[in-house]
Amino acid sequence: MNMTGAQSMVRCLEEEDVSHIFGYPGATICPFYEALYHSESIRHILVRQEQNAAHMASGYARITGKAGVCVVTSGPGATNLITGIATAYMDSIPLIAITGQVQSYLLGRDIFQEIDITGAVSPFIKHTYLIKKAADIPRVFKEAFHIATTGRPGPVLIDVPIDMQEAEIDFSYPEEVNIRGYKPTVNGNLKQLKKVVETIGKAERPLICVGGGAFCAKAQEQVRRLCEETKIPMVTTMMGLGVLPTSHPLNIGMIGSFGHKTANMALSQTDLLILVGARVGDRAITAPEKISSHSKTIHIDIDPAEIGKNVSPTVPLVGDLRVVLESLLAEHPSSNCTQWSEYLQKEADAEKHTMPEARPSTIQPKRLMAEIGKQIFPDACVVADVGQNQIWAAKYLPMQQGRFLTTGGLGTMGYALPAAIGVKIAQPEKQTVVVCGDGAFQMTNNELSTMVEQGCDVKIVLLNNRTLGMVCELQRIAKRHKFGVALPDTPDFGKLADAFGVKSRRISQDEDMASAIAEMLAYDGPYLLECVVSEAENSKVNM
Amino acid sequence: MKQVISVLVENQPGVLNKITGLFSRRGFNIESLAVSVTEDESVSRITMIIDIGHNAVDQLEKQLNKLICVLKIKRLDNVEMTGRELILVKVSATPSTRRNIKDLCDIMHAKIDDISAATLTVELADVPQQINLFLEMLQPFGIVEVARTGLIAVQKGSASMN
Repeated sequence: MNMTGAQSMVRCLEEEDVSHIFGYPGATICPFYEALYHSESIRHILVRQEQNAAHMASGYARITGKAGVCVVTSGPGATNLITGIATAYMDSIPLIAITGQVQSYLLGRDIFQEIDITGAVSPFIKHTYLIKKAADIPRVFKEAFHIATTGRPGPVLIDVPIDMQEAEIDFSYPEEVNIRGYKPTVNGNLKQLKKVVETIGKAERPLICVGGGAFCAKAQEQVRRLCEETKIPMVTTMMGLGVLPTSHPLNIGMIGSFGHKTANMALSQTDLLILVGARVGDRAITAPEKISSHSKTIHIDIDPAEIGKNVSPTVPLVGDLRVVLESLLAEHPSSNCTQWSEYLQKEADAEKHTMPEARPSTIQPKRLMAEIGKQIFPDACVVADVGQNQIWAAKYLPMQQGRFLTTGGLGTMGYALPAAIGVKIAQPEKQTVVVCGDGAFQMTNNELSTMVEQGCDVKIVLLNNRTLGMVCELQRIAKRHKFGVALPDTPDFGKLADAFGVKSRRISQDEDMASAIAEMLAYDGPYLLECVVSEAENSKVNM
Repeated sequence: MKQVISVLVENQPGVLNKITGLFSRRGFNIESLAVSVTEDESVSRITMIIDIGHNAVDQLEKQLNKLICVLKIKRLDNVEMTGRELILVKVSATPSTRRNIKDLCDIMHAKIDDISAATLTVELADVPQQINLFLEMLQPFGIVEVARTGLIAVQKGSASMN
């Protein structure tokens, strides 16, 4: 069937069952937009800055489990997308980024809005394509979706020169992909599986550590069964939060430099660490060599390059978590660690139920998070930004069946609001709550406009301490000068929200917390709850 | 530890950039690198020498494998490979020294490719150690210019990477 390259791009997206794309048009992507206008099944969401298109696609992808799609023009459109791509790469989120490009025959002449985007993103992207023959478009799209969503998920960029979009091609969508350099391992090695079972059986103080890989592989159910059937206590990294409800007795908490005390203690005392889709990043495990000195390690991951990168495992096991854990469960692993497990559960339970005393006329972030957790629906999605607000949310906002989303890898400020818009578009029927600070909010508050335009009922809890709190805290800990972190003249966020047509309320007292959260959650429409917080509050020190 | 690695990659624009980019961002240092198309014109072979610890080679191999343009990787050691490097040396040569240089070339099985009033250009294909020795012997005559290809290598015997 004959059509233009641009029409074929839209057809490819339809073939891949894409229902939403997040984008910002410009000169070199115009033919694609014209073709998109005629699509009946794909909805376009116009963002306010290109980086946020990637973040929205990321939020959307994390909820749907499908690839999120974003589309921008060449030059500055493409370079603005870069941070979003890097963010998705570090968190292993499947993304398809489509960029317009100048005419292929003019490439290399530095013409208006020409930039080598495939070259620019190559260090932090799973794969890139530059279309040089319009006839390649269907194959490239098929491959791109396959690469983005299989193996260890990640972003893939397709750069499409405008003349390729305008060229005529004979369209047919390939049924299969065959990429000779890409064959991810799915099934776990049987011999290694048996070794895992054996090693678990011998351990006295085993500990399961779950990372973001559990969500990439949609293996939450298998993780739960592994914990419950073996009775082995579990900790998570920040990316693994929410894999079990916070209240689950076997959930000991979050490890890491900003993690829970009991979880970190468990890590320092275990004799068998079972890493499940966790890459031993430095914020989760600061000194992996210390742990290897007293503990054996089982490392289950889909990416062979993660095995041995930060920690040398006793038993490595490569494969898709969901599949591998199913096979593992079929072997009926068992552990005799009741005493250890009960000890940790007792400690963790006490920690979960410790809350600072209310101080009148102030809002303590920990109490605020606990209150939000108490009032949101069990399946609500919480999207935390970056900084102190992220740590408070991660540690003190109890999760039930919902998702906790944040950018644990790159730590990109301003991620939460656009990502939450993507989440809300993916599951409009569920509550979506953003937790962010006044610093990051001002990086992406332009997306309030997108949020309202798209009718996204996102609830925003803005912690305002008129400071870049985390940096300020780091300066305080290191006894450095408090410098470059004050935001004394922050705007009147209420008026700002009002300008976008968003209802808002500002609170500064503990007494108002519960009713304000209730009001926010009950309100039919987007809502900004500004909570005044002291800049002296710490996220690092345990209560 | 010097390690020779042979990598088969897709013969496409931008592939070399992806490979060398990976080396620089993961902190691996390339000592020599030779790239050319193979018997299958859709595939190129990259032969490289890196100075690297044993654990780091594992990690490097895994990281290379993650690149979708990489098809196959083979570590080669001296026992199991046949390796050669080609060098072109332009060396100062006066009528009085030409004879000595010619003798040296004969001993090393090097070939004289070009001559001028003041220079000789000679070529030698050999293992890197012999090439180094040859360069050392030529040094006293005055080396004007050197071009080396870097090592290329294949496995000994009937085994192949395909």
